Amino acid sequence: MSILINKNSRVVTQGITGKTGMFHTQTSRAYANGQACYVAGVNPKKAGENFEGIPIFGSVRDAKEKSGATVSVIYVPPPFAAAAIWEAVEADLDLAICITEGIPVRDMVEVRDRMRKQNRKTLLLGPNCPGVITPEELKIGIMPGHIHKKGRVGVVSRSGTLTYEAVAQLTELGIGQSSAVGIGGDPVNGLKHVDVLKLFNDDPGTDAVIMIGEIGGSDEETAALWVKQNMKKPVVGFIAGVTAPPGKRMGHAGAIISGGKGTAQEKLAVMESCGIKVTRNPAEMGRLLKSVLK
Amino acid sequence: MKIHEYQGKEIFRKFGLPTPRGIACFSVDEAVEAAKKLGGAVWVVKAQIHAGGRGKGGGVKLAKSLDEVRDLSKKILGMNLVTHQTGPQGQKVRRLLIEEGADIAKELYIGMVVDRGTQRVVLMASSEGGMDIEAVAAQTPEKIHKVFVDPASGLKDEEARGVAKKIGIPDSALPEAAELLQNLYKCFWEMDASLAEINPLVLTRSNKVVALDSKLNFDDNALFRHPDVVAMRDLDEEDPLEIEASKHELSYISLDGNIGCMVNGAGLAMATMDTIKLFGGSPANFLDVGGGATAERVTAAFKIMLSNPKVKAILVNIFGGIMKCDTIATGVVAAAREVKLSVPLVVRMKGTNEDLGKKILKDSGLPIISADNMAQAGQRVVAAIKKKKSKAKPKPKPKVKAKGKKKAAKRKKK
Repeated sequence: MSILINKNSRVVTQGITGKTGMFHTQTSRAYANGQACYVAGVNPKKAGENFEGIPIFGSVRDAKEKSGATVSVIYVPPPFAAAAIWEAVEADLDLAICITEGIPVRDMVEVRDRMRKQNRKTLLLGPNCPGVITPEELKIGIMPGHIHKKGRVGVVSRSGTLTYEAVAQLTELGIGQSSAVGIGGDPVNGLKHVDVLKLFNDDPGTDAVIMIGEIGGSDEETAALWVKQNMKKPVVGFIAGVTAPPGKRMGHAGAIISGGKGTAQEKLAVMESCGIKVTRNPAEMGRLLKSVLK
Repeated sequence: MKIHEYQGKEIFRKFGLPTPRGIACFSVDEAVEAAKKLGGAVWVVKAQIHAGGRGKGGGVKLAKSLDEVRDLSKKILGMNLVTHQTGPQGQKVRRLLIEEGADIAKELYIGMVVDRGTQRVVLMASSEGGMDIEAVAAQTPEKIHKVFVDPASGLKDEEARGVAKKIGIPDSALPEAAELLQNLYKCFWEMDASLAEINPLVLTRSNKVVALDSKLNFDDNALFRHPDVVAMRDLDEEDPLEIEASKHELSYISLDGNIGCMVNGAGLAMATMDTIKLFGGSPANFLDVGGGATAERVTAAFKIMLSNPKVKAILVNIFGGIMKCDTIATGVVAAAREVKLSVPLVVRMKGTNEDLGKKILKDSGLPIISADNMAQAGQRVVAAIKKKKSKAKPKPKPKVKAKGKKKAAKRKKK
């Protein structure tokens, strides 16, 4: 089992004709069931054409109707990415995964507001995220597929390469993953740690979860408090940015300590008080998870 | 992106916010001319740097004559202004704002940011203006009033009036205070600001509201929509290394330690810094080379790290996913040769073509220290600095002292 995506998902790539979209559609399609899962692309100017046999449609709605797409992955450039998210939402897909980095915050505030007010069914993952993978079934995003191994541990993280780090440690220890989810490094995004933890909690294929956070905001604290009350499975954690100075944006738009809030120390303390085992050594994430498995 | 107070006020005026009349100046003569032009009997001489806390640092002074304007301008222009936001090294003052004096009855605080929890712009207002608002928030949070603004409707009149009343604006000034708040919201929204602050917003003795200060930061991701804002950028206020890095699409931030680090991915870069600290070292920078690093970019990254004289060792930590380890290894070797690297270099590579990458490093003949995981990399780079230090010493120090040092380090850890 898994969360969010599996081999039955059908994927439409928004921005399939761009350099990034082409490259990652190729590599994702070559992974596991990708050949069957990647069914459509969208580019209003190239409707009727195809990308290596994947039909291109003029709109997401059209792609959904004609190809049966259930999930969209977005590689559209930043100025147009929020509109692309909205198009996927309006087409009532199950999930929109936005990889694009650098979307103006105002655009995200607007699109998130519309999603909430209209009570749309589409879940949003990202933006500025690596995507999601269900090992040996389906990879949607930019993560390296080969480091993953099918199994029963969930991974959720705000950072791309740090997720790969955790996954690789697990795989080296012989521990496979149910799904690995990157929620992205932007301040205004879709699914948060707590949302993904809820999905892992309900997934019979997941036994334990690694939760990776970083400085900025209070999503990790919210998730930790939820875990304390509701989580039936062990959760271990790591927070990046103990050494980050306040007021400086550490690469990710959302990774900033402002007004004394969002420090790694604060997050680690709350997580520990909620029964989440944490490590301050990122090389130990895999072993820590192993220690809580029955 | 940050701008100066006087630039923020120019933008405020475009959105109809009342501000004192003022003129930006680059020299003492200009400052005196500006005071003459403004007229009146009282002027404020304000240092223009991007950091806050200028008043406390001695960068904002009241002048009661043109001679005083001259004296104060002489003193402030060119001074190294140290505030709690500049760090101990301070920031050189290169620009002044000469403003007409204000008739202050009350100082208030207004701020706006994007709230991550509600995913809306939040208006924060307090009757405790002119002070360090972080201290107010920590000590008396009940004195900060908040409105989470619906992006579809904007800040509503009744919301603006409600907040204005709560911070002590008298009834007679409520309409214009509400208008000011609504205009500030419009400014924040339309200009893609990430922070808008008026501290203090003053109520004059004649019951007028005036934005005595302005602080506007902008969302870097939205600058493509605002060439007028980009034109206001003042490179003198930014770290030259950070500017250089941005030219090569590198995300770089200077820190105070002595171990340079180059990593791919922001999260992994922070985790690498944390690992260095965990093993008793101190990172000299944050540096994310991004997903598509080329040999040229790696070389640029090395040059930037090494132009910081404090750097005594370098740690490279790469998780090769899309980016292949052999590409990075080739880049690292080329960079080390080009900059004639003289400090210890520890490389940890993981992922695609890992073995090929390691072989390239080994075959280069360069004294590169290899590490298999992050912890080992952290330990080795810290050890490399210690070893170099002890080598550099002309005479071995007596053992007692070394022991003392160890104890001190232990105490620090605790």
